[in-house]
Amino acid sequence: MLDTTRRVATPEGIELTLRLAGPVPRALAWSVDLLLRIAVVFVVMMAVGPLGRTGTGIVLITAFFVEWLLPAWFETRWNGQTPGKRAFGIAVLNDDGTPVRWPAALTRNLLRAADFLPFFYGVGLVAMLCNRDFKRLGDLAAGTVVVYQAEKPAPRVFPEASPVAPPFPLSLEEQRAVLELAERASTLTRERLEELAELPEPLVGTLDGSRAAARLIGMANHIAGSGK
Amino acid sequence: MRQHQFETAHATEWQEFEAFLENPEKSPFAAEEMPSRYRRICQTLALAADRQYSPELVDRLNRLALRGHHALYRNRRRQSQRVLEYLLAGFPALVRAEWRLVAAAALLFFGPLLCLIAVLQSYPEFAHYILEPGQIASFHEMYDPANRRLGTRGADSSLMMFGFYIWNNICIGFQTFAGGLLFGVGSIWFLGANGVIIGAVAGYLTHVGYTQTFWSFVAGHSSPELLAIVISGAAGLRLGMALIAPGNMSRRAALVAAAKPAVRLMYGAAVMFLAAAFVEAFWSPLTEVDFQIKIIVGISGWAIFLLYFLLAGRGRAAS
Repeated sequence: MLDTTRRVATPEGIELTLRLAGPVPRALAWSVDLLLRIAVVFVVMMAVGPLGRTGTGIVLITAFFVEWLLPAWFETRWNGQTPGKRAFGIAVLNDDGTPVRWPAALTRNLLRAADFLPFFYGVGLVAMLCNRDFKRLGDLAAGTVVVYQAEKPAPRVFPEASPVAPPFPLSLEEQRAVLELAERASTLTRERLEELAELPEPLVGTLDGSRAAARLIGMANHIAGSGK
Repeated sequence: MRQHQFETAHATEWQEFEAFLENPEKSPFAAEEMPSRYRRICQTLALAADRQYSPELVDRLNRLALRGHHALYRNRRRQSQRVLEYLLAGFPALVRAEWRLVAAAALLFFGPLLCLIAVLQSYPEFAHYILEPGQIASFHEMYDPANRRLGTRGADSSLMMFGFYIWNNICIGFQTFAGGLLFGVGSIWFLGANGVIIGAVAGYLTHVGYTQTFWSFVAGHSSPELLAIVISGAAGLRLGMALIAPGNMSRRAALVAAAKPAVRLMYGAAVMFLAAAFVEAFWSPLTEVDFQIKIIVGISGWAIFLLYFLLAGRGRAAS
C-alpha cells in the first residue's frame, strides 16, 4: 500500500481508507479560494463605491468575514470543502474520518495566521513535510486531515486476454497489484513490463518476460471477470 | 457464496442506500432505518474483503460505507441555543477554569500598559522611543478637543470606523491567539507589544492634557476590547503550554486537547471584540455626551465584565 493512505477504524468495526492530499493540490485549492475571496471583496467594493467612506466600512466588514469565517462555514456546510477544495476534489475530515464541525473548522482556519509565518505558509509547509499525514499546524491542533474525496473511480481498462485462474487464491492487495500492472501495461515500455512481470515468481514461475506478462494480464482478466 | 450470488443478493439494498445518500429527502426507506442499514453495509464490506471478492466490489462498498459514515456522524443539533447558553454560562466558567493563564496574559498586557502610563507622566520624552512622529501627530489630530467627533480624523464615518475596528482589532486578537502555536512566544510578543503601544499613547495624551477627549473616547469600549486581547493571549498561551509542557501525553495529543478549550475561549473573545468595535464606532466618538457620563459608563462596563467573569454560570457549572 502507498504511504499516502491512512486507515481509520470506525465504531462499526470496519476500516475506512482515506487518501491524504499533499501540499500541491492544497496550495492550488488555496489559490482558487484566494482568488474567489478577492473577487467577492472586489464586487462588494464596486457595489458600495458610491457610498464613500461608509462603503469602505462595509468592504472591511466583508473582508473580515470572507477571510476568517467563510472558509470555516464552507467546510462545515459542504462536507469539508471550500470552493477551491471542491475544484480539486479534496476535503477536510476529522482524524477519525467524520465530517468536521464548527470547532475544528474554526481552529484550523484561525491558526492559518500561524501557518502563514514567516511568509507565504512557510511554517505550514515545513509542518506538512514533517508528519506523515501532511498536516499543517492548524490541522495538528484541530485534529483534522485533508483527503481526496472518495470519488467513483473510472472503470479499469486493460488489454483483453483469455482469463487465466491464479494457481492459488490471491489476497485483496495482491489482486489489486495484478490489476494495476495490467492497467499500466499499455503505458509501460515493453522491456519494463516484462521485467516487472518476472518478479511475482509464485504466479509466473520461471516463464520469461513476454509470456509472464501475458499470463499476468490473463489473471487480471480473470480477477476483473470473476464478478460476472 | 460466490461473488456473483453475493452481489445479486444485496443489489437492491446497496442501490437503496446509494439513493438515500444522494438525496435523503427522496429516500426509498425511512430515515430511522438508516443506522441499521449502514451497519449492514459495514457488515457486507467486511465480508467482501474477507472473502477476497474483486477489488472493484470492495472499493464500491468502502465508498458506500465512508459516505454512510459521514451521513451518520454529521452533527444536526441546533446551534443557536447553544451559542446563547455558551455566552451566558460556558464562557465565563471557562475563563475561570483557565484563570492562571488569563492572569499571566493580563500581567503581560496590563503590566507594560500601566507602567508606561505612569512613567510617561514624569518622563514624557520617553514616548518618542516608542511612537513615530507621524503617529504622534495623527493622535494629536484625533483627540484635539476642537474635534467634533473623537478618535477620528475629519470626515471618517461611523460605519467605516466600525469596519476598520472589526478588521483591525479582531485580526490582532486572532494573531495573538495563533502566535501561541510558536511555543507561546507569539502570544507573549503580541500581548506585550500591544500593551506597550496602548500604554504609550494613553500616557502621552494624558501628559499633553488631552485627558478629557482621550479618556472619554476610550472609556466605553476599553473593558470589552482590552479583556478580549487578554483572553486571546490566554488562549494562545494554552496552545504554547501544551507544546512546552505536554505532561504525560505526546506533544501532538496535548496540542489537540489544548486546542478545544483555546478555540472556545476565542469564540467569546471574538464576540467581545465585536461588541467593542460597535461601542467604539457608534458611542465612543460622541461629543454630545458629557465626560462624566462616559466615564461612568466606562467604569460600569469594567464592573459588569468583572462580575460576569467572576459569577456568571456558577450555578450551571455546579449542577
